[in-house]
Amino acid sequence: MGNHSDGSPNHSGTVATAGQNEVEKFQDPGIPPHRLRLADTDPKAAKRAERQVAVLFGASVVGTLIFLVAYFAIDLGEGTSIATIRLQNALLGVGTAFAMLGIGTGIVHWAKALMPDHEVSEERHPIRTEEDRLAAVRIVDDIVEETGIKRRPLIRNTLLGAMALAPLPAIAVFGDLGPRPDRALSHTMWAPQEGKLKRLTRDPDGTPIKASDVTIGSAFHVIPEGLNELHEGKLNEKAKAVVLLMRLDPASLNPSEGREDWSYNGIVAYSKICTHVGCPVALYEQQTHHLLCPCHQSTFDLTNECKVIFGPASRPLPQLPIAVDAEGYLVATSDFNEPVGPSYWERDEHERSIKS
Amino acid sequence: MSAASRAEAPAFVAKTKAGRITDFVDARVGGSGMLREFGRKVFPDHWSFMFGEVALYSFVILLLSGTFLTFFFDPSMAETRYDGSYLPLKNVEMSVAYSSSLDISFDVRGGLFMRQVHHWAALLFVASIGVHMLRVFFTGAFRKPREMNWVVGSVLLILAMAAGFTGYSLPDDLLSGNGLRIIDGVIKAIPVVGTYISFFLFGGEFPGTAVIGRLYMLHILLVPALILLMIVLHLFMVVVHKHTQYPGPGRNDGNVVGYPLGPVYAAKAGGFFFIVFGVIALMAAFFTINPIWNYGPYDPSPVSAGTQPDWYIGFVDGALRLMPGVIGDFHFEYVIFGYTLTLNVLLPALVPAGILFTVMFMYPWIESWITKDTREHHVLDRPRNAPTRTAIGVAGFVWYCVMWAAAGSDLIATHFHVSLNDVTYWLRALFFIGPVIAFVVAKRVALALQRKDREIALHGRETGRIVRLPHGEFIEVHAPLDEYKRYKLVGFESPSPLPAVPNDHGIVTRKEKQRAFLSKWFFEDRVAPATPAELEAGHGHHAPAVEAGEESKSLSH
Repeated sequence: MGNHSDGSPNHSGTVATAGQNEVEKFQDPGIPPHRLRLADTDPKAAKRAERQVAVLFGASVVGTLIFLVAYFAIDLGEGTSIATIRLQNALLGVGTAFAMLGIGTGIVHWAKALMPDHEVSEERHPIRTEEDRLAAVRIVDDIVEETGIKRRPLIRNTLLGAMALAPLPAIAVFGDLGPRPDRALSHTMWAPQEGKLKRLTRDPDGTPIKASDVTIGSAFHVIPEGLNELHEGKLNEKAKAVVLLMRLDPASLNPSEGREDWSYNGIVAYSKICTHVGCPVALYEQQTHHLLCPCHQSTFDLTNECKVIFGPASRPLPQLPIAVDAEGYLVATSDFNEPVGPSYWERDEHERSIKS
Repeated sequence: MSAASRAEAPAFVAKTKAGRITDFVDARVGGSGMLREFGRKVFPDHWSFMFGEVALYSFVILLLSGTFLTFFFDPSMAETRYDGSYLPLKNVEMSVAYSSSLDISFDVRGGLFMRQVHHWAALLFVASIGVHMLRVFFTGAFRKPREMNWVVGSVLLILAMAAGFTGYSLPDDLLSGNGLRIIDGVIKAIPVVGTYISFFLFGGEFPGTAVIGRLYMLHILLVPALILLMIVLHLFMVVVHKHTQYPGPGRNDGNVVGYPLGPVYAAKAGGFFFIVFGVIALMAAFFTINPIWNYGPYDPSPVSAGTQPDWYIGFVDGALRLMPGVIGDFHFEYVIFGYTLTLNVLLPALVPAGILFTVMFMYPWIESWITKDTREHHVLDRPRNAPTRTAIGVAGFVWYCVMWAAAGSDLIATHFHVSLNDVTYWLRALFFIGPVIAFVVAKRVALALQRKDREIALHGRETGRIVRLPHGEFIEVHAPLDEYKRYKLVGFESPSPLPAVPNDHGIVTRKEKQRAFLSKWFFEDRVAPATPAELEAGHGHHAPAVEAGEESKSLSH
């Protein structure tokens, strides 16, 4: 093998390039002799292969027809059953598959059985000649030299500075992609409005929940009162405000100091938005009083203020303080006293300002 | 050209019809030079070279089916009530995007088929790129002069994943909405700017009403345009370099052996496009993919158990699952200077993928630095003949697979009736020791295969004929190989470690010492190819097949 375009100048004797340990080697015997195929020697076989190719192309025509029949003969419309759609889908697919595979396998069979299969050897040419390389290097050097950029650092440096700053407007112009986050993430719909406490209502129909409806062991998916009546940003509010409501034996709850009155008769409400990356923590294990997030399996212990006991979450689910109003309906006595959902850079700052 | 010759009538008249057409085109736009260059260009043939083709053809199919889908899809997140023919969702509140996806599935004839083709082709696109890259890696096809094409290929892998993810989210169904929710959580974990990026991406709070339209633009314009550009670069470089070839008789770094482009190779490659299309059509016909009507519209409250992203995002999702949020009393989320740092999200989302992609991009240069190999390579390595590289590749692959499996940890637990926690603990352990075991095993297997090659080269292949010798011993008769088959087994290089070399000042730098150490690690265990002398020496003897004590190290020269 010639070292044709190997441009490395360093061939001092001390540096043995990998693989140059010269041992006696087997000689390359060259390309193996060509073996004739059946179709090359036997005209009958060749004729047979020809017919096979034709049959495959014919199968393609059949496939195209299947597609067209399935498309026009099966009509979709009001009240179409899913079975009809599946049938049409299957027939369209089979038709396309026949149409394509017929052509594809036909051509490949043709190429393999009937077209010449002599292996040929072709020389590789160097990607660039040594002469070109030298000329190119010289040209580049000349160009750089003529600009004088090396001799005039003032020009070079100011240009670099200008170029470094020039893309800034291109970044800044995206500033209106969204509003500033400000404190949007630190509050939810649960905050009492004009002194009126928000009722806990069922997701999705929005009917309020009486404390007496919540039996031990039951769990409710909860949204705040008035969510369904929102016209704008309903999903945004819902994405922060959804809550899980469960009733346990009051003795099994271990509220920490200051949180004793956040539950009612063993009824507790916790944010449903996982503190990991925000999936809904939708699975309640009645026996163990664990909440499990189906996305990444973070597990929270209800009896321990939703402390993380397994999985990738690092923070307990925020608890919603609840009480009962005069009519016996469950209400939130205040908003969550920390931001809900996945953590973010300003989260701690927000939490402190909520608490103060 | 002289004026006289210009006035003359063309002297050349083609004899065949095809020739006349060729001449007509050539006389007007001049293509004969190109045809001369490419018409009979030789391409080596091997089944493993098809994966790149599968990727290319999947992309063509994606463009075709995707264009169809754009005619019917509406990326608006405005609220609407469903009024299509799928009864279970009748009158349900949903976004226009989801509603139009349902319409494509149920009210546009062939729409469901196109959706299925598009989704299957997307899965196949990323998969075939992945397998193609594995082929390139394990055969050393990334070596000089193809390093830059390896980088372009890696960029294509990332773009393919980006195309997949942006498209996956478009129907605005419950499953993909939860996927976006996770992305939002990961983005928010980014220090300093995370919250802003999230608000800018979603046009406010999650989920907002902007993100589908934005992803749509990325999905149908920006990302495919970049992919197309990269494919052009990729194929351009393939033409410049000419294709690599597997080692074998008659093949060396100075030639390329195979079939000419026209007609055989063009026919096979062209026919293969139709085969890929046909197979995707079959999958679309019989295997439901992403039945969005079962999931319902996106709603931040419900989620179904066993949620899974598309397979190529799985490894990141799996890494997210594996990371413990709390170890003992140590919380991976903590407050630093009054700000929240969420390492339990940040580390698994960025670090494994970061390591994988960084090593992937850098690998051609890492290896050539260690081996000091600056030669051009056009003949591939059989994976066994580069044991350390193969072991590195297998280790990386296993690492990826552990994370990927972790994305299905809940399904593993439910299918095999084992505890979810145990599955996670085991996968956490495998995350660290899996690659190590894989490295050792792969390297030993590669060396063992090399020894087997040596044995076959020197003593022939087993014929299956058992002969009883006069004194009662049974032997199996070995038939010698012909020289072509033998050359395939012996025609490779087995470099030995390169000791540290002083630089021009006579100093062995620390970097050079590290290089020498890595070189030793790379090449220390090796099996040298059989030599004619060994074959000669082996003749006439009926000693046990391979000499006892044939330690790999004793073979280094």
